[in-house]
Amino acid sequence: MLLIECPHCGGRAQTEFAYFGEAHIVRPEEPGALSDAEWAEYLFLRKNPKGVHCERWMHAHGCRRFFNVMRDTVSGEIFGSYPIGGEKPKVARGKKTTAKTETKTANAKTEGGRE
Amino acid sequence: MTIQPHRLAEGGLVNRERPLSFSFNGARMLGYEGDTVASALLANGARIVSRSFKYHRARGIYGIGPEEPNAIFTVADAVGGRRTPNMRATLTPLAEGMQIFSQCGWPSPRFDIGALAGTVSRMLPAGFYYKTFMRPARLWMFYEKLIRRAASFARAPDELDSDDYDHRYMHADVAIVGGGPAGLAAALAAAESGARVAVMEMRPHWGGDLTDGANGEIEGKPAAEWARAVAKKLSQTKNAEMLLQTTAQGYFDCNYLTAVQESPAPGLRQRLLKIRAKEVVVCAGAIERPLVFAGNDLPGVMSASAVRAYIHRYGVLCGRRILFLTNNDSACEAALAAADAGASVDVADIRHHPEGHWQLRLQDRGVSYYSGCGVAGLLRTANILAARLAKLAPDASALAAGGEFREHAYDIVAVSGGWTPTVHLFSQSRGKLKWDSKCGAFVPDESHCINPCAAAGAASGVFSLSGCLKSGWEAGLRAAQKAGCENKTKTNARDKAPKAAAPPAEYPPQFVPLLPATHPVGRGPGKHFVDFMNDVTAADIQLAEREGYRSAEHMKRYTAAGFGTDQGKTGNINALVLLAQARGISPAEAGHTTYRPQYTPVSFGAVTGSDRRELFSPERGTPMHSWHLAHGAVFEDVGDWKRPYCFLREGEDAAEAVRCECIAARSGAGIMDATTLGKIDVQGPDAAAFLDIVYTNNISSLQPGRARYGMMLRETGMIYDDGVCARLGENRFHITTSTGHAAGVMNWLEEWLQTEWPNMRVFCTSVTEQWAVVALAGPKAREVLKKAGASENLTAEDFGFMHIREGTVAGAPARVFRVSFSGELALEINVPARYGLHIWRALIAAGREHNIRPYGTETMRVLRAEKGYIIAGQDTDGTVTPADMNLGWMISKTKKDFIGKRSLSRPDMLRAGRFQFVGLLTAEKEKPLPEGAYLLREKRARLPADAEGYVTSSYKSATMERAIALAMVKDGFARGGETLYAALPNGERPAATIADPVFYDKEGARRDG
Ligand SMILES: [Zn+2]
Repeated sequence: MLLIECPHCGGRAQTEFAYFGEAHIVRPEEPGALSDAEWAEYLFLRKNPKGVHCERWMHAHGCRRFFNVMRDTVSGEIFGSYPIGGEKPKVARGKKTTAKTETKTANAKTEGGRE
Repeated sequence: MTIQPHRLAEGGLVNRERPLSFSFNGARMLGYEGDTVASALLANGARIVSRSFKYHRARGIYGIGPEEPNAIFTVADAVGGRRTPNMRATLTPLAEGMQIFSQCGWPSPRFDIGALAGTVSRMLPAGFYYKTFMRPARLWMFYEKLIRRAASFARAPDELDSDDYDHRYMHADVAIVGGGPAGLAAALAAAESGARVAVMEMRPHWGGDLTDGANGEIEGKPAAEWARAVAKKLSQTKNAEMLLQTTAQGYFDCNYLTAVQESPAPGLRQRLLKIRAKEVVVCAGAIERPLVFAGNDLPGVMSASAVRAYIHRYGVLCGRRILFLTNNDSACEAALAAADAGASVDVADIRHHPEGHWQLRLQDRGVSYYSGCGVAGLLRTANILAARLAKLAPDASALAAGGEFREHAYDIVAVSGGWTPTVHLFSQSRGKLKWDSKCGAFVPDESHCINPCAAAGAASGVFSLSGCLKSGWEAGLRAAQKAGCENKTKTNARDKAPKAAAPPAEYPPQFVPLLPATHPVGRGPGKHFVDFMNDVTAADIQLAEREGYRSAEHMKRYTAAGFGTDQGKTGNINALVLLAQARGISPAEAGHTTYRPQYTPVSFGAVTGSDRRELFSPERGTPMHSWHLAHGAVFEDVGDWKRPYCFLREGEDAAEAVRCECIAARSGAGIMDATTLGKIDVQGPDAAAFLDIVYTNNISSLQPGRARYGMMLRETGMIYDDGVCARLGENRFHITTSTGHAAGVMNWLEEWLQTEWPNMRVFCTSVTEQWAVVALAGPKAREVLKKAGASENLTAEDFGFMHIREGTVAGAPARVFRVSFSGELALEINVPARYGLHIWRALIAAGREHNIRPYGTETMRVLRAEKGYIIAGQDTDGTVTPADMNLGWMISKTKKDFIGKRSLSRPDMLRAGRFQFVGLLTAEKEKPLPEGAYLLREKRARLPADAEGYVTSSYKSATMERAIALAMVKDGFARGGETLYAALPNGERPAATIADPVFYDKEGARRDG
């Protein structure tokens, strides 16, 4: 069971969290302007990498806030958590780095929304 | 009561003051407190204790710990006689009055009809079942039953488990697995550094193998005494938790360990520990492996270290004449212990002319030492084993040319093929293993480790006492340091490891995959067994390799070596080495199979803990729940909620109650507890704009005081949920969700707000439990409300459909919605939860003159189906669009965007042949169709056939006086009047005609009363 660092509450067991898939999927500004293929890409296509993956979690049995986790899908190693709109942690294999926790939510919209 | 013929006059950790009586397959026996089932059976001279799984061969107790492959029993308690199957005799403490039964072997393990299988074993090679019974594939299910019966697995008990179990969460800086010399040294080092330490030891004593007669001293004390003193000191230390009878079972991500603790507290059978540790040190020791020789599975063949440990731990000498057969020095120590205990001992050592400390000591004792000798065959007559000792070629791969045989008779052949480090937990932590030719096994490679985990002592391939202490101490220090604790009390802490005398010079072991016999492998009368539990022989592994199962994982699955409840703890390495030999490569290249949790079998009770019976799952009840209980409610589970399905009155069954409830609601008044509806309060300056994008219809145009039926789609365009959206004020909305989607919709809204539109000023608050909701429906609803005493604005004629008003009902503040899910005049009365029961009672009292009747979820479903209203999640399944449900009118034509809009114009949404929402009228009026039934075009269509559709809802409608159904039918909108046939499992094909899903009051005249 993973030990996940909630940027707002601290480290908690995985059972307190809910998983919401790949992070950084930005909803297109103008869906109506997209072709069927472009829209399908937003809807269905995900990276599903073997290795480093940014994913969205929610602290369901805690503060109920959404945030992102950078994790290695092979080893399960977590490189860090960061708030929505925050900076990604540096990947350092075998050594955990602390996530930068500066909140940049205020800029999220102007930067193109969903982060 | 019999005496214990193999119990020594003294010695062992058993309490001879407390004899315990027990029975084995009906025979009464005596043991002592502190015995395991295995030690007590051995003390009583029990020999054949089980029959093997495949060949039904007679087997005896082989080991002393979790590695035991043969002695697996069903144990019945003295009190109550409850039977627990699959108990490992070597780990089960003996208790007064215990009844122990063999599981395999019918009618008894001494005489087993199935043993005939052994005589035809040439016909049962590896893969036999796969090859023989897989064709035709459909018969496998039939064969499997017969094969399983022949294998005679234990029967699962029928009764509920009467024991109690619980779970405990723990945190540690350093968790240490194993309480032997390495584990205790590690614990000492870590605890002295100030780390919070948890030490788990499987056995009921500290010291591990030190209690098994270890020679030597630690810090000037006898080794076992040192262990006891250290454990005592640590258990008095604030930051160390010492857990005996606790087996670490699983190692999961981020240093999360599970362990099972036996009898942790009075009345508790087991406790599952869930431990999150910053660092883990695995000091789990090593398990002695067998030698692979012809006849090595006969009862009386045992592990050499077990023979020694039974003497020291339990005061049991397993036999009077013992042959020790070995490839290394450790069995020499065991032989000496047996000789000291009074046995007549011979040693056969496959090594030529070993000359070390132990050989000299044995020779001094006058023990016959046959060096360069193996056992070329073993025969059993009753309890006598006739061993054929044979001289080996120098590399031990063949019998010496022209060598002679000597036949000797023994009670016990004690075998040592070397030691296998217990790497299970280290490997589960996803640490890599490397081949170590010095111990002929895989050992942890700490340079390849994902989790913060280290191994020390025998588990890391270090076997000497001084080496174990040193590696444990250093690993403990390192772990504490990495966990942020520095040893401040000792300077040069690294050099302060507990000291033991240097071990006597060891003569190196000699590893051979199998010992030669008088016949080639697989041809002779004696089989070379590798895995006792699964009856896998060396010949099976060679066969697997020949047939192409060359990887370790494939060989394991083809032969079953390493499966079973012992998980191959004795045989795995031998199997891997034999495979490597067959392939002509080194064991390092051939690799190993995957180690998975659990280390030993874990009971369902421990996994379940206290989450059983009424604590299995939380139950939610509404404020009116007590009334429902007292008034004949039959409950159904909706999520965690207990909702009344119907209310039974005297002489009614459920169907009759539902019929009467429907009639009451349509003719007079009905009342339903709708509290479980999801309710979300949405507030903020951007609330309207936000709801515009999550609902398909227009919300911003809604006037305060009005409500609208709203629908939410997934971004794929599929219907997610529906409900009522009411505008309470300019910036405030109250929205409802279906009961099952309350939490999901809340998450859905929050996800969009927090991740996509964090700048929107909107707050969503779940208020499901803050409001009690009563749906009052029927032509007399308004009269009932008046009679109950409601403020005038709520009962006025101008309180129009889809309006909301605030007022009072029976003195309680109320927010009333003029919405209807039944088609009748209806009022949904929301009051603060604490008034729920009060207004429920007041409305029922007020409705008496109109024969008001409470109704449950089934009547709600019938009433709405008569009106063709959908239930999201029942009539929709995540593959239907609003257009498919004929709800295209709910899609705003003016909004530029909403969630799911773009998907509605994807080609697949617009194609012909989509399933569409229709009503069905059955040909037989009295017979409703089963929900979920598939619909066929032809009555006689042969299955499998393409379905024209399927039934989503089906009821007997009291109002329509017939059975009705709702269904999804291919191009259904254009097929009104067509007859389809439902394919029922019993072969019937009832007919039904496609109709308008609005069966009742098509013009909607009744909703205003
Ligand atoms: Zn949190």
